[in-house]
Amino acid sequence: MASISLTVNGRQISGEAEDRTLLVEFLRGDLGLTGTHVGCDTSQCGACVVHVDGNAVKSCTMLAAQANGADIKTIEGLAGGGELHPVQKAFHENHGLQCGFCTPGMIMAATDMINRHGASLDEATVRAELEGNICRCTGYHNIVKSILAAAAEMSGTQQAAE
Amino acid sequence: MYETNYHRASSVAEAASLVSGSDDGKLLSGGQTLIPTMKQRLASPSDVVDLRHIAELKGITVSGSNVKIGAGTTHAEVAQSAEINGVCPALCGLAAHIGDPHVRNMGTIGGSIANNDPAADYPAAMVALEATIHTNSRDISAADFFVGLFETALGDNEIVTAVSFDAPSRAAYQKFPNPASRYAMAGVFVARGSSGTRVGVTGAGSDGVFRASDMEAALDANFSAGSLESINVDPSAMLADMHGSAEYRANLVKVMARRAVEAAA
Ligand SMILES: Cc1cc2nc3c(=O)[nH]c(=O)nc-3n(C[C@H](O)[C@H](O)[C@H](O)COP(=O)(O)OP(=O)(O)OC[C@H]3O[C@@H](n4cnc5c(N)ncnc54)[C@H](O)[C@@H]3O)c2cc1C
Ligand code: FES
Ligand code: FES
Repeated sequence: MASISLTVNGRQISGEAEDRTLLVEFLRGDLGLTGTHVGCDTSQCGACVVHVDGNAVKSCTMLAAQANGADIKTIEGLAGGGELHPVQKAFHENHGLQCGFCTPGMIMAATDMINRHGASLDEATVRAELEGNICRCTGYHNIVKSILAAAAEMSGTQQAAE
Repeated sequence: MYETNYHRASSVAEAASLVSGSDDGKLLSGGQTLIPTMKQRLASPSDVVDLRHIAELKGITVSGSNVKIGAGTTHAEVAQSAEINGVCPALCGLAAHIGDPHVRNMGTIGGSIANNDPAADYPAAMVALEATIHTNSRDISAADFFVGLFETALGDNEIVTAVSFDAPSRAAYQKFPNPASRYAMAGVFVARGSSGTRVGVTGAGSDGVFRASDMEAALDANFSAGSLESINVDPSAMLADMHGSAEYRANLVKVMARRAVEAAA
């Protein structure tokens, strides 16, 4: 058994898990954070994307023990004070989801993408960066639209704050 | 996944002693190949020794034209390295097209070359750059390192610590990615340096990565895409699988080589 201590969405958490436990199993099963989804379980679809120390990773392809000591952010940690995160709001406003199964991973991938590219994000970059996130419903069009809208809004907010 | 014991090493020496002291241990770097393989129960190591927290395996140093990349450096770090981009932008471009952003945040150059997947990208660059693979016990030339499909010259529990090479004056990598997996159906790295032109081919050869010496000779005589026209790539030396026949891959190798030469010219 491994003793796991993590910061998850700003909260200090510790627990025990078998060494073979995947990070996604620990988040969903042990911590009850079921917003992170398992789609393929074969490292392809990105439904399980979370941020580990600020980087988007597939939590089905990492052991919980590998993440020991890390700072984790999941979809549950994005909204603050009853307000949706700008990326969540943009998906809502632009009809960026249908069944919603891929959405947590899409949104975590999108926030990572916006963190790295900021206002310089363009459509081609968004499409290329969505390589690791599969959606069976939307045809991606409105997902791309949502991410571009959020990137514009977030860089606008940053400029206003500066 | 079968049961396993997780260990976190903080130095190469500790990793070496942990893995050799275990029953049937395996090194774990980014885990982007090993974890899926363990989940499919195609690997069942008694122990995994995590290399991700070993400082001496990380980092990029460029001095003059010499480039050294720690084995634990992620694909994302290579893709974004301004230092490498200054001397060998082709390698940054290669790293930027491995898998997807999430895979690139975890997967490492050491893990990729140790795994030597016949469709992986880095091996083509390593042979074309005539890189040296550094391990915890010796230095191995890329030509000797890549032995066959998923096979390298690494001994049991030998640890890749870094790769190094002299940046060529011109280089380019072109791959035709499998539309589903993004692994190379054929990928060609062309490097033009003081000792001539080197052409590394991945994704296509039935023995894994190889150097296309007839293309090298033609390009040494005349570095232009046109001089590849007369070259025949032999389908009998190509992989054939559900993704493409040997003839298809032979043609792709030529097309990717032509594009790489055009991009490097
Ligand atoms: C969805 C997806 C898409 C991908 N697409 C591509 C692609 O387009 N192109 C491509 O090239 N690759 C691709 N990959 C593979 C990816 O690049 C992996 O990161 C890489 O092959 C393995 O690196 P790793 O650090 O994750 O190694 P791990 O999975 O941790 O280890 C792989 C193997 O190498 C051994 N090993 C690891 N580090 C060392 C070391 N320092 N010394 C000795 N042995 C070591 C391990 O014991 C294991 O056997 C993809 C992977 C996924 C999941
Ligand atoms: S569930 Fe992790 S990538 Fe699909
Ligand atoms: S909205 Fe259904 S999978 Fe993307």
